[in-house]
Amino acid sequence: MTFSLIQQIAVGFIIAALLLGFIRLLIGPDAANRVISADTMSVTVTAALVVFAAYFESALFLDVALVYGAIAFIGVIAIARAIKGDSA
Amino acid sequence: MRLAADLLLLTGAIFCFLGALGLIRMPDIYNRIQAGTKSATLGSIAIIAGVGLLYPEWWSKLLCIIGFLLFTSPVSSSVLARAVYLSGVKPWSKSSRSKLSSSKPGRQQKTLNTQKPLNTQGEES
Amino acid sequence: MFNRLNLHHHLFLFTVIFLLWLLLTGSVALDELIVGFFVAVVVSLISAPYITVFEGIRYRPTALISVFTYLVYFSIALVRANFDMARRVLSPSLPISPELLEVETRLESKLGQMLLANSITLTPGTLSVELRHNRILVHWIAAPEGIDLEQATNDIATGFEKHISGFLK
Repeated sequence: MTFSLIQQIAVGFIIAALLLGFIRLLIGPDAANRVISADTMSVTVTAALVVFAAYFESALFLDVALVYGAIAFIGVIAIARAIKGDSA
Repeated sequence: MRLAADLLLLTGAIFCFLGALGLIRMPDIYNRIQAGTKSATLGSIAIIAGVGLLYPEWWSKLLCIIGFLLFTSPVSSSVLARAVYLSGVKPWSKSSRSKLSSSKPGRQQKTLNTQKPLNTQGEES
Repeated sequence: MFNRLNLHHHLFLFTVIFLLWLLLTGSVALDELIVGFFVAVVVSLISAPYITVFEGIRYRPTALISVFTYLVYFSIALVRANFDMARRVLSPSLPISPELLEVETRLESKLGQMLLANSITLTPGTLSVELRHNRILVHWIAAPEGIDLEQATNDIATGFEKHISGFLK
């Protein structure tokens, strides 16, 4: 599917959002800041994968998005446990 | 239909962008979690709904993704906020940073630990 | 083995799994339905004793109405929250005065408290940080000066609680 102008602008905003999240990922003072930016990015990437599915007209990417979201969620939970450290 | 889908995609993308902007602009971790989670969640849902208008035959799987996002994204942000709170990070405050961070969170911590008995007001239901 | 509550529990679990199967396969062909039915029966029978999250559900007809009103209320709050957040992020002076405060809840079941905490996280300017007994520690991005527990509970939790308590204990 070819994207209309509005859709292209939307894709541009998604890319900009991912870039901003990546900046926070790079400069974030500590691990928690990096994780929250990675979390936000993962939600955005899930949406981006759905847009991919629309672009390639293939429902396969929807499964990818679902599994990606699940794995990102588990990852954030695991890192949060690590940040919490020894305080149970 | 096509225009509605386009507009949903655009608003969703803009919300995602604003969430990421909040991630950069906000002064401390709690506010970043707020900005990031809320905007990215609604933004993604709007994007997915927009794609759903473009491809109505995908609605069931898209509904799954939306439900999954609605359920997990606040959970992961709350878990992260809790981890940050328990590791001792104090919330940023605009006016009197040092005074607040020395008194407020300590008091909160204490009141949380006292485990007061249940308020009996809502027992009848 | 099947007392009344247990039967409800099994049926609910079966319905959830079956619906999930239908949504994920995305077709209502007869063979899909049959396979899905048996998978849902087997999975719900095996996992029912270990799944305790659904304990707090009120099995009654009006619960569906409560679910619906809750979803409507929640969607409105979610959209409002995002415009609120957009306004704060875009204004150059960052109008925030964050604070941590406590909110009390009447909900007793784990699922109800979790749903309330989730709702609080996605509504205007609030983020639930810690949940202990019947209290939720909330990070409020623009807390009014000198607000106390009762007032905060009224402002943040009561609206959701009213709807959630219709279908969860």
